[in-house]
Amino acid sequence: MAILKYIGRRLLVLIPVLLGISLAAFLLGRIAPGDPVDDALFRIGIEFPTEEDRAAMRTELGLDKSLPEQYLDWLGKALHGNLGRSYIGNQDIAHELMTRLPITLKVSLVAMLVAVIFGVGGGVLMAACHDTWLDTVLKGLSTLLLSIPGFWLALFLITVFAEWLHLLPTSGLDRGLASLILPAVALSAANVGSTSRFTRGNILSQLGEQYIVVANAKGLSQRAVMVGHAFRNSLVPIITLIGNYFGGILGGSTIIENIFAIPGLGSYVLSAIQNRDYPVIQGYVLITGTTFVLITLAIDLLYLAVNPKIRLQGGEA
Amino acid sequence: MTRRKKQNLQLIMVCSILLAIVLMTIFAPWLAPYDPLEVNMDLRLLPPCCAHLLGTDALGRDVLSRVIYGGRASLLLAVAATACSMGVGLVIGIIAGYCGGIVDGIITAISNIFQGLPGMVLMIALVGVLERNSKSIILALVITSWVGFSRLVRGEVMKVKSEMYIEGMRCLGSGHLRIILRHVLPNIRTNVILQFTTRLGRVVLSVAGLSYLGLGIQPPTPDWGEMVSGTARRYFRSAPHLLWAPGLCIILLTLSINLLGDLLRDRLDVKQDSVKEL
Repeated sequence: MAILKYIGRRLLVLIPVLLGISLAAFLLGRIAPGDPVDDALFRIGIEFPTEEDRAAMRTELGLDKSLPEQYLDWLGKALHGNLGRSYIGNQDIAHELMTRLPITLKVSLVAMLVAVIFGVGGGVLMAACHDTWLDTVLKGLSTLLLSIPGFWLALFLITVFAEWLHLLPTSGLDRGLASLILPAVALSAANVGSTSRFTRGNILSQLGEQYIVVANAKGLSQRAVMVGHAFRNSLVPIITLIGNYFGGILGGSTIIENIFAIPGLGSYVLSAIQNRDYPVIQGYVLITGTTFVLITLAIDLLYLAVNPKIRLQGGEA
Repeated sequence: MTRRKKQNLQLIMVCSILLAIVLMTIFAPWLAPYDPLEVNMDLRLLPPCCAHLLGTDALGRDVLSRVIYGGRASLLLAVAATACSMGVGLVIGIIAGYCGGIVDGIITAISNIFQGLPGMVLMIALVGVLERNSKSIILALVITSWVGFSRLVRGEVMKVKSEMYIEGMRCLGSGHLRIILRHVLPNIRTNVILQFTTRLGRVVLSVAGLSYLGLGIQPPTPDWGEMVSGTARRYFRSAPHLLWAPGLCIILLTLSINLLGDLLRDRLDVKQDSVKEL
C-alpha cells in the first residue's frame, strides 16, 4: 500500500513539470523573432503578400486565436503525435525525432553508466583511503575532470585515440560499442568528477555517525563497514544526484553528437537552429524534456529498491 | 595550524592564477603583440615561431593575441549572467522564505517545474531561437540557473527567520525590510558567495560550449570556445596545435574557479566549527 502511495505521489508531481515543459516548448515558437505569418507565406513562395493572403494564412496557422487557445491547440496536436512539419524538407517532425531519439538515448545511457561506474567507484575508493596520497591524487583528478569543457575533451580524445593510436573510430556509430566509447567518455567526464566528489563527501560524513561506531565495535572488517553500512546509507542522495545529471548529459549530447557526427537529436536540432526551423526546436524541447522526466521517474522508483523506509512508510514528499 | 598554513598557501596560489587570468583579459590591448582581428592571408596556419609564438590561424591572425583577448567576452558574460541569476534567486528566495505560507507554496511549485526542466537543452533551444547577442545568452543562463540560488536562499532565510533574535527585533518594532537587509542578508552571505563560485565555474563552461556551437560569442570577436570550434571544423587534421592554447585557457580558468570554491568552503567550514567549539 505504501508503495502504491509513493508511486501515485511521484506520478502526480510529474504533471506540472510536464505541463511546464510543454509550455516552454510552445513559448519558444512564440518568442522567435520575425512575423510567423510572413515567414510562412515566404516559404510557399509569396514574397509580397496582400492583406488577404496574410489574413488567410493567419487563420490557417491559428494565430487569430488567443494565446491560451493556441497553446491548447498545439498541445492537443502534440499529444496525438503531431508536431507539425519541418520548414526545411517538409518532413514529419515527430517521426524524425522518434527515429533519432534511440540513438541519443543509447549514447546518453552509456555515458550515464560510465559516470556511475567511475564516479561512484572512484568516490568509494577515495573515501576508503581518505587522507592518503591516493585520495589527494584522485580528488585533484576529479576536480580537473569537472573543469574540462566536454567539446575540448572530445577533440583531445579523438586526437589521442583515433589520430595517434588508431585504436578507436573518429566518428559515426558503425563500429558498435567501439564507436560509443569516446562519445560516452567525453559526455560523462564532468559527471564522473562531480559524482566521485559527492560520493566521497557523503560516505565520509556517514563515517562520523554512531551506527558506524557500533559496526566497528562489533568487530566487523573495514570493508564490511564501508560497503555494507556507510556506502549503502549514502546511496539515496547519490542516486538523486545522478538522476539530475541526466538532464545535463542530454543537453551535452548536442555538442558531442556534433563532434562525433552522430545522427541523434542533437545534430538535428543544431541544423534546425541554423535554419531557424522553429517547430523542430519546439519538438526537440518537448521530446528531450519528456524523456528526462521519465528517466527521473524511473530513478525515483529505484529508491524503492535501495530505501526500505519508502517501502514501509511511503516516504516523505 | 600547519593545515591552516597549507590552506592559506593554496588559497594564495589559486587566487593569483585567477587574478593573472583576469588581469590578462583586462589589459589585453597592452599585452597582445598583434591586433587579434588583423587578417593576413599570406601568413595562414603558420606553426609557432619567433614572430608568432603560438603560430597563426586559418586567416593568418596571431593566435597568441587572440588567446590573450579570448577570455574577455566570455568571462564578462559569465560573471554578468551568474550575478543576474544570483540577484533573481536572492529576491525570489528571500520572498519565499520570509513570507512563507501561500506565497512560499506557489514559488516552490514554480521552482519545482524549473528544476524539472533539462537546463542545458532549454538553454541551447532558447539561445537558438532568440537573436544572437549577449542579452539572449544571459537570459537563457538566468532562466536555467536562478532556481539553484533561490532554493538555497529560501532554506537559509527560513532558518534565520526562526531564530529568537529576529522575533526580538520584530517586538522592538523593526520593519521587515530592515530585518531582511540588516539581519537576514548578512547571515546568508557566506553560502550565497560559495554558490556563486560553484555556479560561475559551470557557467564559464556553458558559455564556452555555446560559443563552440556557434551560439555564444559571435565571430570575429576572439573567444576561446569559438577558437576551438573554428579549428575543429576545418583544420583539425592539418593544424591540431591550434586547439591546445584556447582549450588549456578554459580549463585553467574553470579549474582555478572550482579550486577557489573548494578552498573557500573548507576555510569557512573550519571557522564555523571553531565557533561551535567555543
